[in-house]
Amino acid sequence: MTPLLFTVLVFAISVSAGLLGSLLGLGGGIIVVPALTLLLHIDIRFAIGASIVSVIATSSGAAAAYVRDGMTNLRVAMFLEMGTTAGALSGAYLAGVIPVRSLYVIFGVVMGYSALAMFRKRHAELALAMVPADGLADRLALHSSYVDEAAGREIEYQVTGSRIGIGLMYVAGVVSGLLGIGSGALKVPAMDLAMRLPIKVSTATSNFMIGVTAAASAGVYFARGQVDPFVAGPVAMGVLTGALGGSKLLGRLQSSLIRKVFVAVLLWVSLEMLLKGVR
Amino acid sequence: MSPEMSREIAAPADARAMAAAGADQDEKVRRVELAISSLLRIGVLTSLLVVLAGTVVTFVHHPRYLSNRRDLGPLTKPGAEFPHTLGSLVQGLQHGQGRAIVMAGLLLLIATPVMRVAFSVLAFVYQHDRVFVVITSIVLTLLLVSFVLGRGGG
Repeated sequence: MTPLLFTVLVFAISVSAGLLGSLLGLGGGIIVVPALTLLLHIDIRFAIGASIVSVIATSSGAAAAYVRDGMTNLRVAMFLEMGTTAGALSGAYLAGVIPVRSLYVIFGVVMGYSALAMFRKRHAELALAMVPADGLADRLALHSSYVDEAAGREIEYQVTGSRIGIGLMYVAGVVSGLLGIGSGALKVPAMDLAMRLPIKVSTATSNFMIGVTAAASAGVYFARGQVDPFVAGPVAMGVLTGALGGSKLLGRLQSSLIRKVFVAVLLWVSLEMLLKGVR
Repeated sequence: MSPEMSREIAAPADARAMAAAGADQDEKVRRVELAISSLLRIGVLTSLLVVLAGTVVTFVHHPRYLSNRRDLGPLTKPGAEFPHTLGSLVQGLQHGQGRAIVMAGLLLLIATPVMRVAFSVLAFVYQHDRVFVVITSIVLTLLLVSFVLGRGGG
């Protein structure tokens, strides 16, 4: 393969990963890492280094829009970022120590979980006044409101479980740093279920935090020489292009059959990753 | 005038004052939100343009990359040569190396959320919110530590 063909292929694969990722509501990272390692046989450490950089591009792009629309709870995000960045540093550090085989196994497990998590039934929006009191959330003034377009009005909400939330964020940060993914599939349920944020606010706030989480581990990967410009360059450009296209398509593509097919594919890929680690 | 009545008269004035202060605070928060939103968008777009420019420069400098199959291995296998310290990056940029330009773009991308956090520290100073100045400073410190930690964990 010539370097030119390689660049074009990496770009094309990344566009598809970004597109698929944004259609499924997962990041591009969880798809781009297996695509690069299984299809192009790129070293998994370089694939993770490239993925984590592309995650910054897509999440920051989406976050810009959510923040402008007032969907993001900036105070909750910044409070929880203490947990995610500390976790990301631990994870990125661990990634340099543990054997490559286990990286494949952990990746397979997390990918399988993320794919299934998309289909778990969301709890109905609970009566917002019934949230248990949380002194820390009161003191930090985390409670807020957002304008729900579907409901056509401003919805006020109370935040709870801030201590459990920041603990779960540390775990999400470790996974993110270890595998070079945004781990939104772990962050959203933590805010949604443990902290009782409305699901739309959880999604927007998770996106906002992913950029900072990824930057923390990207710093470690850069300093360690795992961000290869020849791989990471086309991946960053490709995943962002795909994600932009996906967000445009999203409104038109809502068939649950297509989603089921995608999830089946993801589960199969996660099995491939697992096997590669075990064999 | 009974104390109850005076409270009734005073209450609307207090409420108005509080609403005005609240609106002022909301206005400040909104301004910060819009600034953060633009900062993120501009950061991402600029860095990706730099990455694109660097990619083009790489192929212009190395026409062999268009046809030679043996060049790929050394570029993408473990042990590949590329800048991963700020010193070597600056050196590469001075020589107009394509891969150094790509790397500069990627670093700019990594720096975008870091700049966002640094900006948030200032924004909370502006809102006189001491607790959140501390919280965002901790996040910023962790981010800056990441660049140092990577070298140790090699």
